[in-house]
Amino acid sequence: MPETAEKIPVTVLTGYLGAGKTTLLNRILSEPHGKKYAVIVNEFGEIGIDNDLIVGADEEVFEMNNGCICCTVRGDLIRIIDGLMRRKGKFDAIIVETTGLADPAPVAQTFFVDENVGNKTKLDAVVTVADAKWLRDRLKDAPEAKNQIAFADVILINKTDLVSDAELRETEARIRGINPYARLHRTQRAQIPLNEVLDRKAFDLERILDIEPAFLEADDHDHDHHHGHDHHHDHGHSHSHGGLKHYHDEEMQSISLSSDQPLDPDKFFPFIQNLTQAEGPNILRCKGIVALKDDPQRFVFQGVHMMLEGDHQREWREDEKRTSRVVFIGRNLPEEKIRKGFESTVATY
Amino acid sequence: MSDTHGPIPSVVDRVKPVTAGAPVFGVHFLKDRAVFALGEETLLFVAADGSEQRIRTHAGGILAAVSDGTRIVTAGDDGKVVATNATGETEMLATDAKHRWIDRVALGPDGAVAWSAGKQAFMRKAKGEVKLLDLPSSAGGLAFSPKGLRVAIAHYGGVTLWFPNAQATPETFAWKGSHLDVMFSPDGRFLVSSMQEPTLHGWRLADAKDMRMSGYSAKVRSMAWMADGKWLATSGSEQLILWPFGGKDGPMGKQPRMLAPYSKRAVAVACHPKQEIVAVGFEDGLIMLCRIEDGAEILAKKPGTAPVSAMAWSADGAKLAFGTEDGEAGIADLA
Repeated sequence: MPETAEKIPVTVLTGYLGAGKTTLLNRILSEPHGKKYAVIVNEFGEIGIDNDLIVGADEEVFEMNNGCICCTVRGDLIRIIDGLMRRKGKFDAIIVETTGLADPAPVAQTFFVDENVGNKTKLDAVVTVADAKWLRDRLKDAPEAKNQIAFADVILINKTDLVSDAELRETEARIRGINPYARLHRTQRAQIPLNEVLDRKAFDLERILDIEPAFLEADDHDHDHHHGHDHHHDHGHSHSHGGLKHYHDEEMQSISLSSDQPLDPDKFFPFIQNLTQAEGPNILRCKGIVALKDDPQRFVFQGVHMMLEGDHQREWREDEKRTSRVVFIGRNLPEEKIRKGFESTVATY
Repeated sequence: MSDTHGPIPSVVDRVKPVTAGAPVFGVHFLKDRAVFALGEETLLFVAADGSEQRIRTHAGGILAAVSDGTRIVTAGDDGKVVATNATGETEMLATDAKHRWIDRVALGPDGAVAWSAGKQAFMRKAKGEVKLLDLPSSAGGLAFSPKGLRVAIAHYGGVTLWFPNAQATPETFAWKGSHLDVMFSPDGRFLVSSMQEPTLHGWRLADAKDMRMSGYSAKVRSMAWMADGKWLATSGSEQLILWPFGGKDGPMGKQPRMLAPYSKRAVAVACHPKQEIVAVGFEDGLIMLCRIEDGAEILAKKPGTAPVSAMAWSADGAKLAFGTEDGEAGIADLA
């Protein structure tokens, strides 16, 4: 088998109804970038461009037969990708557009779970288009909207012309309360250089570099953590840090862990595997770069629910501080337990 | 084929290569010509003397190609079902009104054809109106029962048995999971489905008893019955897996026979029309002919650059045609 055959990158485009997904899609299909896309959509009629390779999908999710409710897969995607591969030379990449209410997890998991799909294609990024004016309301009343933000690698806060700068910063703060590492862009009419949404390699283990943007420091989490969270409303809970508002969504959280001491591989691997098995349904995504004791290489991993993949990435450089950083994004995560569990994996020898 | 064997008998020098020029996803013999279904648009007819004829049947990808020996019926992403006969004449059998992809098609007695699109299954007799069945989920593979006009349709959660001509409500055999393709045993007593998981499922029709055939290392993408229905040959492991279907319990409680072990996975199987010999295609392009009686192996094609994607025996069993995902193709003359 040709090992060097390039896997076709797949971009998942998600976003609540009316946010501007279709506008972005039409942009991608009409700009003169010289690339050909196969597009998988739910509603045929929406695309204004005549593209050879537009396929209508049924968005059918089914549970794997292992009894785990979070192990869901897009069956129709498996079939469509199989069919698209018959016309392999005719497109450079695939875009999967999901409906407004879709949970991105099954789409992503499809690439981890089906061998054929995993052999021929690779997930490039989850791109979420959000409506600057309505997102905060949606985050309050639509769990799907939260999922789409939590899952994203790139978020377009679209229709910024309809909101004030203060509202915009509020929206960004709420997004950051859910997703600490997605790249945020402010856009109007989904105008964005296409290399910010395509060819991101966000699921490429080689590229797991930036886990924490400057916005969110590990310290802040420790600080907020000491506030007793006894109440359970489903709205953001804010604090101020020198003028910058921090939002922590009561239900959806991100947990950032770090250690300057290397981790014991005999403790770390069971920890991460057991955690994703036990809390799988609650963990939407996780990413990490870890320094292992007596290991000159960085170990990087990422996961979607219970599915984890990881590998050695490269050697630590001489001048690089060997800091381990791990991020979990999920719902109702047992934060204390996770922190303690992580701390217990630090090498004691 | 254990890699530590000495050289095994080979018929590689009896293969006439075919320059398909495109990936091959199906192959069948019509009269004395091998017909290769290419990834896109074209059926390639190749005669014994090597002469070729290319017939364009679809305006896009060809997603399914089946044959009853007298014609090849293909379905494509253009939403059409097309029949092509031995002389290369085509006939449009159906066009999906919603332009949906059609990637599963089955042939039945007296020229009946069935296909699926979206959550619907369709059937028409040779010259007849199209009947349709709505299903609760996407319709997958279909199969006609050997007797009577019944069509089995695979879908999420099980297989539904449809009686298109009768008033009877369809009967669903439930089993959790995604069922991809389905076949009847040649005697009509059993239904076998391949699943998204690396396993086969099945039912004995008389009492709807569930059967599980598992142990595979990957999805079973190719299944074929030995001519008399005694064995079901399957791919999906690093060897040929044969399930016994002879007795009244079929494979229930029995172990499969495992032949032609190899370091790579078997991805395609084709049974000789008369003898108990199976052609096994592997993911590295290797093809072995395996005799069931004693497991004897004959090399038919050396490994190449892509998985075997299609194989077919001629009706008299004298020839084996094959193709790979890379477009490597050929016809072995074994007479």
